[in-house]
Amino acid sequence: MPKAYEFIDHTYDVIVVGAGGAGLRATFGMAEKGLKTACITKVFPTRSHTVAAQGGISAALGNMGEDDWRWHMYDTIKGSDWLGDQDAIEYMCREAMPAVIELEHYGVPFSRTPDGKIYQRPFGGMTTHFGEGIAQRTCAAADRTGHAILHTLYQQSLKHQAEFFIEYFAIDLMMDDKGVCRGVVAWNLDDGTLHRFRAHQVVMATGGYGRTYFSCTSAHTCTGDGNAMALRAGLPLQDMEFIQFHPTGVYGAGCLITEGVRGEGGYVTNGNGERFMERYAPHAKDLASRDVVSRSMTIEIREGRGCGPLKDHIHLHLEHLDPKVIHERLPGIAETARVFAGVDVTKAPIPVLPTAHYNMGGIPTNFRAEVINPTASDPDATVQGLMAIGEAACVSVHGANRLGSNSLLDLVVFGRAAAQRAAELVRPDSPHRELPPDMGDLALARLDRFRHAKGDVRTADLRLEMQKIMQSECTVFRTGESLAEGQRKIRAAWAKRDRLNVTDTSLVWNSDLVETLELDNLMYQAVAALDCAANRTESRGAHAREDYPQRDDVNWLKHSTVWIDEKGATKLGTRPVHLHTLTDEVKAVPPKARVY
Amino acid sequence: MVELTLPPNSRVQPGVTHPAPEGATRTKTFKIYRWSPDDGQNPRMDEYTIDLDKCGPMVLDAMIHIKNDIDSTLTFRRSCREGICGSCAANIDGTNTLSCLKPIDEIKGDVKIYPLPHMKVVKDLVPDLTLAYAQLASIKPWLQSQTPPPPDRERLQSPEERAKLDGLYECILCFCCSTSCPSYWWNTERYLGPAVLLQAYRWIVDSRDEMTGERLDNLEDPFRLYRCHTIMNCTRTCPKGLNPAKAIAEIKKMMVTRRV
Repeated sequence: MPKAYEFIDHTYDVIVVGAGGAGLRATFGMAEKGLKTACITKVFPTRSHTVAAQGGISAALGNMGEDDWRWHMYDTIKGSDWLGDQDAIEYMCREAMPAVIELEHYGVPFSRTPDGKIYQRPFGGMTTHFGEGIAQRTCAAADRTGHAILHTLYQQSLKHQAEFFIEYFAIDLMMDDKGVCRGVVAWNLDDGTLHRFRAHQVVMATGGYGRTYFSCTSAHTCTGDGNAMALRAGLPLQDMEFIQFHPTGVYGAGCLITEGVRGEGGYVTNGNGERFMERYAPHAKDLASRDVVSRSMTIEIREGRGCGPLKDHIHLHLEHLDPKVIHERLPGIAETARVFAGVDVTKAPIPVLPTAHYNMGGIPTNFRAEVINPTASDPDATVQGLMAIGEAACVSVHGANRLGSNSLLDLVVFGRAAAQRAAELVRPDSPHRELPPDMGDLALARLDRFRHAKGDVRTADLRLEMQKIMQSECTVFRTGESLAEGQRKIRAAWAKRDRLNVTDTSLVWNSDLVETLELDNLMYQAVAALDCAANRTESRGAHAREDYPQRDDVNWLKHSTVWIDEKGATKLGTRPVHLHTLTDEVKAVPPKARVY
Repeated sequence: MVELTLPPNSRVQPGVTHPAPEGATRTKTFKIYRWSPDDGQNPRMDEYTIDLDKCGPMVLDAMIHIKNDIDSTLTFRRSCREGICGSCAANIDGTNTLSCLKPIDEIKGDVKIYPLPHMKVVKDLVPDLTLAYAQLASIKPWLQSQTPPPPDRERLQSPEERAKLDGLYECILCFCCSTSCPSYWWNTERYLGPAVLLQAYRWIVDSRDEMTGERLDNLEDPFRLYRCHTIMNCTRTCPKGLNPAKAIAEIKKMMVTRRV
């Protein structure tokens, strides 16, 4: 171990890494159950990207018309293009109602119906009677639902006096030689100290890797650090090729405009002023699933029917809506459109483009949030001491395509599930085995290597190179050719990691070094996404291959898995999809054609 | 004779000047406060003249451009870049605001960027907000009630009751307001400041919360609440268009009416 560094050691029952919606729900859930819990996070909790979720959280409360969690389950399975695990989807949709009611009891300022109940709006792919009608299932706090929920979860964490280590950057997991996760190494940005957190369970709640793309709705901090830590710990990631493009990111800036706009009656048009979604999804139209709308928009632009002088974007209209509706239910996006597109939404349409938004893939888990490392004999074998939740995890409830408003739901349902499972697995204050003395040295070596990196490649330049590769070769539509090109280019970029240059050598708030470590994490995930995408020779959900336009249930009704070693060599595998339900209260939905 | 000295690090020195790149036609100069805890030096103002054609429209875009292409040691917080996470608050062109929402072309002349005023600086534009967060926790910013909620459905709240939370719950805790308030500057340890008082009022007026009396008792103090002298900097500076001064006035009114 490099002598220049010393560890400060901590011991907890449970460590949660990340303080977004999932991490916070798990943190105070565990604290509430008497477990000695700490949450380490690289940003202050209310700065996590959950805060930017807009439209809402789904639950079949039936406040605005008839609803049933079984319909919600059907919609989610269909939305996932049958790649979602149906036992986990059943669990999520059934737990949705108590989870949202619980949020209300915690104080979330939901918008209300005239009779005082939680207001619910229509959202893409959400139907009644197994695809017949349009459901109003998405519970909303105006168009700031993520903000309202994240702040409330932080408030509950304060109430339960959960312990936080804020602006601590997690570097790597500590895995022992038996493959058990023993804790995590983190760096305190505030004073430059290094810490070993020993725990019976480590919960990864580190979010997605949206910043592998040049244009994305994700925050600068969405670098999927936990996913890369899992890979470096010798664990696989799952379904990394499934990356959702949100139909309505602001043209240019990439900021999100909620699907709730279309839920409230907004619609998209092409350069001819045509409501083209009627051609692609005659039934659901503008409220078809996100992958469907993004592909339709891309085709319109490609075929020369885009908007603007360059015919390179699409228009999103709300100027026909009652200004009162905009003021009450969509005030945030009115502000975003004004600031980032210079548009008054009561008078003109918003220029939008499909924009990288959400990662369906991540660390494979079961519905109890336990991390899975499949073996030859057991595709569902769990890893001792490690859990994953939220966008970092692949439970998989979203399969090949997530429905809007199912991600806030995923966060709270599986955050709570992790707390319940941890309480079953860990006795409060139970003794810890000694850590092997060299535990954490690998993490330190990695930190030290980048801290003193004196090559000729600037972090920002390599990051841009990676982002451009992903943006052009791994996008809404893919071909074998584009993906092979992407694989070649990303490996050339990968090799440049050895030539990086970090100027700031301090350990106090060295954001030069943080960004370099984050870039290293992103590179692992870009490689994983490209290799998995090239390997999957079918079109399913968000993964649309022009050379394989059909879904291929014979060969590909299964999850992809990927391992990456420190040289960037990948090992690919598959795992069966759970096509069975959890209970006999509902029937499994066998694969069929997916039409909206 | 009395010797008067300024607190450490008060004197800001001129710093490094990074000239405009060759061939740039549309340029703008950014003067940015720099301080590192590592070298024992006083703070300095570094100057960066950038090519606006290589950079997005917002001040944050310029800061990122400088970090990416000119000086990777420049240190600041940022995350969402769309005005909802509250990370990138700074004093820009004399006013506290979010870098990501502040268009460069709204600023005449050079752009001066300082950390949020009167907070301890960790490094460059990163202020230490520990005290502000602790003050937030001190007002118990969570729903408190004695009546248990209905077990399997939501508490009812009329749209009119819910509307009272508008303009309050949207706060993003950027602390632009508190750090613009002279009263907060002089009594940081004892006055809660507009951001935290806005949150206090958010729970006082929530129809579901039953601890209004206790919440008011907790604020009934010459410093915690009454250091507000209606200077109104808070409302003028709020990048989200909220009105903390009005929330504080409402609390003061409630204090009076509950006495009569």
